[in-house]
Amino acid sequence: MKRKTQKTAYLFLFPSLMGTAVFVLIPFVDVIRRSFLKAVGNTFVGLANYKDVLANQAFQEAVRNTARFLGVCLPLLLAVSFGTALMLYRLPAAKAFFQTVFLLPMAVPVASLVVFWKIIFHGNGFLNEILAIFWIQGKEWMSTDAAFGILVFSYIWKNLGYDIVLWIAALSGIGEEQYEAARVSGAGPWECFRYITLPQMKPGLVMIGVLSFVNAFRVFREAYLIAGDYPHESIYMLQHLFNNWFTKLDIQKMSAGAVMMAAAVSLFLCLLERWNEKQPADEDNRT
Amino acid sequence: MRQRKYIPVYIALGMAGLLMALPVLMMVCNSVMGGQELKEAYGAVLGDGAGRLSARLLPVYPTLQPYVELLLDSPDFFVMFWNSVKQVFAILLGQMAVGTLAAWAFARYEFRGRKILFLTYMILMVMPFQVTMVSSYLVLSRLSLLDSHLSLILPGIFSTFPVFIMEKFFRGIPGEVFEAAKVDGAGELTSFLRIGIPLGSPGIISAMLLSFLEYWNAMEAPMTFLKTKAKMPLSLYLPEITADQMSASFTASVIMMLPAVLGFLWGREYLQKGIEASGLKE
Repeated sequence: MKRKTQKTAYLFLFPSLMGTAVFVLIPFVDVIRRSFLKAVGNTFVGLANYKDVLANQAFQEAVRNTARFLGVCLPLLLAVSFGTALMLYRLPAAKAFFQTVFLLPMAVPVASLVVFWKIIFHGNGFLNEILAIFWIQGKEWMSTDAAFGILVFSYIWKNLGYDIVLWIAALSGIGEEQYEAARVSGAGPWECFRYITLPQMKPGLVMIGVLSFVNAFRVFREAYLIAGDYPHESIYMLQHLFNNWFTKLDIQKMSAGAVMMAAAVSLFLCLLERWNEKQPADEDNRT
Repeated sequence: MRQRKYIPVYIALGMAGLLMALPVLMMVCNSVMGGQELKEAYGAVLGDGAGRLSARLLPVYPTLQPYVELLLDSPDFFVMFWNSVKQVFAILLGQMAVGTLAAWAFARYEFRGRKILFLTYMILMVMPFQVTMVSSYLVLSRLSLLDSHLSLILPGIFSTFPVFIMEKFFRGIPGEVFEAAKVDGAGELTSFLRIGIPLGSPGIISAMLLSFLEYWNAMEAPMTFLKTKAKMPLSLYLPEITADQMSASFTASVIMMLPAVLGFLWGREYLQKGIEASGLKE
């Protein structure tokens, strides 16, 4: 009986597992192997490829920029979306309407958006026209440091609604009776927020953080469409670097780079998971 | 009386909401501007750089001419639009077939290796495209699939994200339903088809909607695996429309946006549920 369920489960799983193995898992193992080999002749070169990549100036620059981008935009998005969710959560009317409006950017294809971004941030663009009213000299925004800010803005614009939905789901998980009990014993709105709401947001925070992290890598689309292969140095990120390695078909560098990136992402996830497990507040949320 | 304290909140939300919706509004309005008017308004940015920008939200002389021009006179646009449609729907159909089965296995059965496999699927879900870019390229070239529609479709079908979403929904189906079915003598496959699919359909719909938005917007994969222009999806073609087709570029943007926005409005609640499911811990 038991063995039969095992078999059924694997039968259901089989097509997906096969495809994943053929298209992702086995090729990735091959990439790990290649990352230790020389381009020509397949001789074993140990960590030479890794050293190459790590010493590569473009790589260092891209890692710095990617880390800086994640470091700025993740906390910012989490904070802004949490704030908005708090406002939306108890709204007496039009809650669904606002949620729809905030989610709308998710449905707007990046390619459609590019024209609009150009109109705003071009040297003769909208932003400069507005600044000109206040006698401020504008500039070609996308080819200055401001490119970084524009990218952060597009990321937040695009992902705000997604995160708001997640926060509201987390907020709705808190039973109303907890607030009532606190209010009866004389707690004000701030105490309620500080001692009831915040502690119970921790597991939510981790998951929302992970999903926002995943989505952060998609910002390459905006960056690429607005600024091309070699954008302003402040937004030259790992995705650009991989793309340029790819154009040169530098398989060795790409392999070593991909392995390191996979390791970094996995490590980040494990650390987060560990931190999350340690939180006592998590206990009652686990199913 | 109690409503009054919400007024500042509404004002703040209203302003933020306007900012969110502005690009969409502006694009739709501009897409019904005639060529001459667009040139006057945006020539400074999108054209040869002479003159000044005079952006306006509402066209003075609205016209559907840009739409007619784009739909009738640009064969390229048509080809790419159909490329997008083909690629996206092939992926969605495949995901529906393969993904529901896998999600069902994860949700309904305790089997050896379940935990490690599910973890693998989750890790694959969060990996950025760039990590698997080389490996995908190598395997696609070995299978001589590069530069074909299949080079996008096949890897897309085996994306693990929909599996993850649908698993949450299948898991939410109460166990008693299956007990009852078992008593009636339903086999494993029957209970999947007769109970799992109908009761899990909100999950399937929301996963498909999220996938649709993702692949309609695809850029990295087509950029990497396609060479021939005639196979490119709309998402890559659109940015290439240059200044001399200014009105076309707005119109094309709107046409590209339309299926996504309509799908979004139609399935807003599913989408919301899907997003909530993506946030659930296992």
